[in-house]
Amino acid sequence: MLVGLIVVWLLVNFFKDPSEFAAVFLIGLTNGTVYGLVAIGYTLVYGILQLINFAHGDVFALSGLVSFTVLVDWLGVTPADSTAVAVGGILFTLVVVMAVFATVNVTIEFVAYRRLRHAPRLAALITAIGMSFIVQNVGLALYDVDFRSASGLIPRTNVFEIGDVSYTWNKFMVILITVPVLVLLTWFVASTRHGKAMRATAQDRDAAAMLGINVNRTISVTFALAGALAAVGGVLFLTQFNMRYDTGFELGLIAFTAAVLGGIGNLTGAVLGATLIGLIQAFNEGLAWHAPGSDWTRSIVFGILIAILVFRPEGLLGERTPEGA
Amino acid sequence: MAREQRATGGGGGRAALLARTTLERLRSRAFLLVAIGLLLFYPSYVDSAQDLELMGEFFPSLNSMVIMIVFTMMAVGLNIVVGYAGLLDLGYVAFYAAGAYTAAWFASLQFEQVTFHFGAVGVSEDLPGIHISIWLVLLLAALFTTVVGIMIGLPTLRLRGDYLAIVTLGFGEIIPQFVRNGDSIAGFDLTHGTFGISPIDSPGFGSTLNDTFGLPESYRQATNAQELFFWTAVVLLLFTVFCSVRLRDSRLGRAWIAIREDETAAAAMGVPLMRTKTWAYALGAFFGGIAGAYYASFKSGAFPADFYFNISIFLLCMVILGGIGSVWGVIVGGMVLGWLNVEGLATIGSKVNEATGIDFEVPKYQFGIYGFIIVLMMLFRPVGLIPERRHQRELEEGVHDEPLYDATHEGN
Repeated sequence: MLVGLIVVWLLVNFFKDPSEFAAVFLIGLTNGTVYGLVAIGYTLVYGILQLINFAHGDVFALSGLVSFTVLVDWLGVTPADSTAVAVGGILFTLVVVMAVFATVNVTIEFVAYRRLRHAPRLAALITAIGMSFIVQNVGLALYDVDFRSASGLIPRTNVFEIGDVSYTWNKFMVILITVPVLVLLTWFVASTRHGKAMRATAQDRDAAAMLGINVNRTISVTFALAGALAAVGGVLFLTQFNMRYDTGFELGLIAFTAAVLGGIGNLTGAVLGATLIGLIQAFNEGLAWHAPGSDWTRSIVFGILIAILVFRPEGLLGERTPEGA
Repeated sequence: MAREQRATGGGGGRAALLARTTLERLRSRAFLLVAIGLLLFYPSYVDSAQDLELMGEFFPSLNSMVIMIVFTMMAVGLNIVVGYAGLLDLGYVAFYAAGAYTAAWFASLQFEQVTFHFGAVGVSEDLPGIHISIWLVLLLAALFTTVVGIMIGLPTLRLRGDYLAIVTLGFGEIIPQFVRNGDSIAGFDLTHGTFGISPIDSPGFGSTLNDTFGLPESYRQATNAQELFFWTAVVLLLFTVFCSVRLRDSRLGRAWIAIREDETAAAAMGVPLMRTKTWAYALGAFFGGIAGAYYASFKSGAFPADFYFNISIFLLCMVILGGIGSVWGVIVGGMVLGWLNVEGLATIGSKVNEATGIDFEVPKYQFGIYGFIIVLMMLFRPVGLIPERRHQRELEEGVHDEPLYDATHEGN
């Protein structure tokens, strides 16, 4: 019923102004991609520790701010530079920031979560909330309350253009970087020894330990992966939008919703959920005919979250777990 | 107590034990009375305390005390949900908002289409809007918030643990956003949007009671308004604490604790899970509503900027610092953090800056500091400053040690 209404609403919007619809669709796709990178971090950690790592969104925001330092302050890349310089700068920044935030995320796990592995689950969750505020305030201390952005480095020339709708390199770059990262991640989880250890640990930590898997190291690897992916998200977000120390809170919650929507613990699900949430947000904020508007984005996203948790806690692609039953 | 004595059996030890427990009880009673006395007479010595050298700045003003007490009330309410029943609620701010807006609806100019007066004080008879006596509004707010609590609780309480926490967080975000955007719900101005609703009527007893018993007619017009607001806050806090302690020891309270300890076992012993959890939600919300409504009347306004996620975490931090489940601990945690929030951090910050010569804005990082407190407490003293006795025993004896085979995570 509700889904039907939404479909009708989308169709009406589409026929009223197809080019606007397509433009909004592309914005949603770009946002969704960034959400996906963060959502995978939630899903990976949840899969292995059953912990909602609240600090993840703030790690993402801090990584974006740090990449501003690397890209703009250190390398001095400005919109006036040629595209080759900008691309080189962004790739170099990516590598640096991914390494830094993989380390940061591993440290967070080591300091705050490892000791609580045998404590009640809510204790770890509460600690994660505390860590979230700490990371956020590190961002506040280092970068104050100003917004940073590095948009405009990649020229907004068109990849292709159909009618009024144009798809710019600026946006296409997000996809260009994310897809190889995701392919690499899939390969890592599916085929490498570490990846297999991760999946085994996620399934049954005790049995994995009995089979000689170093559980601590595997969990560290997971956190490193999550941190690196958040950093990719951070760099990409910085090249598209403004961000500051508290950007990560809301974006983290959106990404978490995406992970739950797709089925928490499921990598494909996280990407699918993030794309859907990105589209929903863009449609809500961008469409002209009877859209609730950005004032209501948060309510809509959380409404989806609540509805999913209450009616289909396993998400779109997940397996049924006793938690939600 | 009685059972403990019986268990130790007769003989000479019994009399000594009885004497000891009586003494202990007397001591804790005396301590309690002294604490309440010190609190009640705070207005009479606050000025001289603030004049003390070095220490003086650390005594909060009466206005700050009211804020601290109101937040402590909310923390005690939250403790019912988080501490007794073990349901992590990350959206308690929703109840605070619901309470504050009830006061704003029933004791202000908001609905100027109607003119309805019932026992309101300090406003002229022909003023438009609904004006009901604040005492009744407190009750209305409590009931309304309870209904909100039940409405949030019923669909979501089936979920367990962290999923429930996330859903409450969702409601804690949706309700403030609803309040912020609620200035044209189908063209009707329900919440006056980002401006909030202000002014809100003052509490008071009206002229009749003033003439007969000398009770203050209207707080805000009285010369000792601060003291009146303070004492009323203390009375409300005492009421909350009394209810909270009695609830803990009631049949319902024991059911909550049973659920907190082991949901499956509690259900097997015949504790109705849904009903018991919903009651925890409803009663936790009840006190949040009273606190919110009183605070709105004290501040004479309800503003959406007050209801953000961090408040929920701030309240949770009070509960954790004091001791999850321990009423006295939560009061201490609430007063300490409340003080840090309204005055303490600024005072400490300026002292530190004076002493070291650096320029560091401590209050700016308040939530980083609270986050730090949360993490440190969870890592090193998860029972809190003043632990609940039962909770401490469990942690020391390791009831919670994770078994190799965890029955709660198997299908059910």
